Amino acid sequence: MSVISADRPTRPARRGTDIASKVVVNGMLGLMALYTLIPLWWLFVSATKGSGYLYTGTPLWFSHFDLVTNIEDVFSFEGGIFSTWLANSALYSFVGATVGTLLSAMAGYALSKFSFRGRESVFNVVLASVLIPAPMFALPLFLLMAKLDITNSYWSVLLPSCVSPFGVYLCRIFAAASVPDELLEAARLDGAGEQRTFFRIALPLMSPALVTVFLFQFVGIWNNYLLPSLMLNTPSLQPVTVGLVQWRAQFASGVPPLLPITGAFLSLIPLLVAFISLQRYWRKGLTAGAVK
Amino acid sequence: MSSPSSTRAASPPRPVPAGTPRGSASGRPRRTGRRTALTASAFLAPFAVLFLTMMVAPICYAIYQSFFTVRRAGLFGGAQSTEFAGLSNYAAAFGDHDFTASIVRVVLLGCVQVPVMLGLALLLALLLDSRSARLRKTYRLTFFLPYALPGAIAALMWSFLLAKDLSPFTGPLSHLGIDVDFLSPSWVPFSIGNMITWGWTGYNMLIIYSALQTIPAEVSEAAALDGCTGWRLAWAVKIPLVRPALVLTTIFSIIGTAQLYTEPAVLVSARIPGIDPKFSPIMNATLGMDVGGQNLAAAQSVVLALITLVLSFGFLKYNQRKGAMA
Repeated sequence: MSVISADRPTRPARRGTDIASKVVVNGMLGLMALYTLIPLWWLFVSATKGSGYLYTGTPLWFSHFDLVTNIEDVFSFEGGIFSTWLANSALYSFVGATVGTLLSAMAGYALSKFSFRGRESVFNVVLASVLIPAPMFALPLFLLMAKLDITNSYWSVLLPSCVSPFGVYLCRIFAAASVPDELLEAARLDGAGEQRTFFRIALPLMSPALVTVFLFQFVGIWNNYLLPSLMLNTPSLQPVTVGLVQWRAQFASGVPPLLPITGAFLSLIPLLVAFISLQRYWRKGLTAGAVK
Repeated sequence: MSSPSSTRAASPPRPVPAGTPRGSASGRPRRTGRRTALTASAFLAPFAVLFLTMMVAPICYAIYQSFFTVRRAGLFGGAQSTEFAGLSNYAAAFGDHDFTASIVRVVLLGCVQVPVMLGLALLLALLLDSRSARLRKTYRLTFFLPYALPGAIAALMWSFLLAKDLSPFTGPLSHLGIDVDFLSPSWVPFSIGNMITWGWTGYNMLIIYSALQTIPAEVSEAAALDGCTGWRLAWAVKIPLVRPALVLTTIFSIIGTAQLYTEPAVLVSARIPGIDPKFSPIMNATLGMDVGGQNLAAAQSVVLALITLVLSFGFLKYNQRKGAMA
């Protein structure tokens, strides 16, 4: 800024650069915000357009507002399969995340609070499996399940969704940070069994952190596309991601384009609500992940 | 109730060597070893069972399958026999032009997209961290928003947004004399790169931003007193200090690129002519399974997992060594 580094720069010069840097910094942030939001805005605007008006008029502004009809169309098309897809997504995500979080909490607790031989090896195996992403397991899993003839069932998607090595990793950190050894010791001295100690003492102490694990797992399952698209053939078993992509695929064979567009918009609403109301947990999970 | 977690959140992310995650603080043995091990394994068991059946067993099965081949006696419905095939499935995988081409394609895509995305994420994080930034919370939330959306839905949305007759972008661009079809074969890799960048920049930004926030204020102040401000402060002080976060985001991005499936697969199923149905390695393998070439598909997924592991571990080790020398 100035050549003479020891001296404080004079006021006017300082203010000048301040304004310039404010404009540049906030201008760039604003541009990026536009890049992020324009596609979503387009999706919203398009979902409200009357059928036949998608290709006419300004793409980024409303014409022939007809959102209610579009929503009715989405929910009535093919015998209301869209609600089934939403329910399936909710089922897979909710059950998978709940079971996954509980199992991760137990495993993380064990890895953090008990010292036994092979503990670090177990943990390293779990950690290594975080480095291979879930989709990489999807193919071998499909091969195995096809062999056992259990593809195309709720279980073929639910069971793999209950496993979260990353959750175990996070839970180990959380257990170490939020469950004091002394408290467990005291509980044991008072005669509480291991099970009771875990469920009544450790789990409540970990619960704020477990929300984070649940959230990440929930969104991971809700957003998954490869696994359910491999496993499931029957539309009534599919989650909303797979279903909507199929509607998009049948675009050429008569499914009106507004259907996948409005459907996509509708399927995003619950996520957006959850996202905005639970955002502080996101940050917690990410910063914990960054410890690695 | 929230106090334990807030102490956690406040503790700075520090790089811990992968092999020795400590912090459990349970150094002293408090019960007899055998009983402890028994209790611990009871807590571990449910996860372990699912982990073994849903992750380890499939991998083992895929590795096993990749060494065998199914021979049919007749053309249809003849007796089948499984024979040991050695490395022939692997030879076939590497001999398959589509498969190797898809690997090269995805590697090239990653070489362009990952630096662009992480550069952008780093820039945004630094901008948000600078004193001039306003509306920090709003921006942070906005940038991170796409991460919460399913990749398939985002790809579906972009498949409309980039279509020539629908796109809000092609119109204004053609006014400027630029006529592009984002879904033509030459543009498709860039369009897919754009989808990934759109979806993941904010996620990476948040990781880097969190690391930036753990830099003690004194460090920046001391540098500022020495006349180091603005970009120089960012370059000489802040960026070196957030290197662990950059390493982490790079590894996640490498893994993400290697598993590229959703975006191109959605484009393919949307019947966009510009995209190769065997665009990415995973797409190759899944297509192969339908035709019945399960053994080849198994070999391909093993190859893919190995490449990913080598790349991400390699990057990690390279950085650890570089960090140790610096």
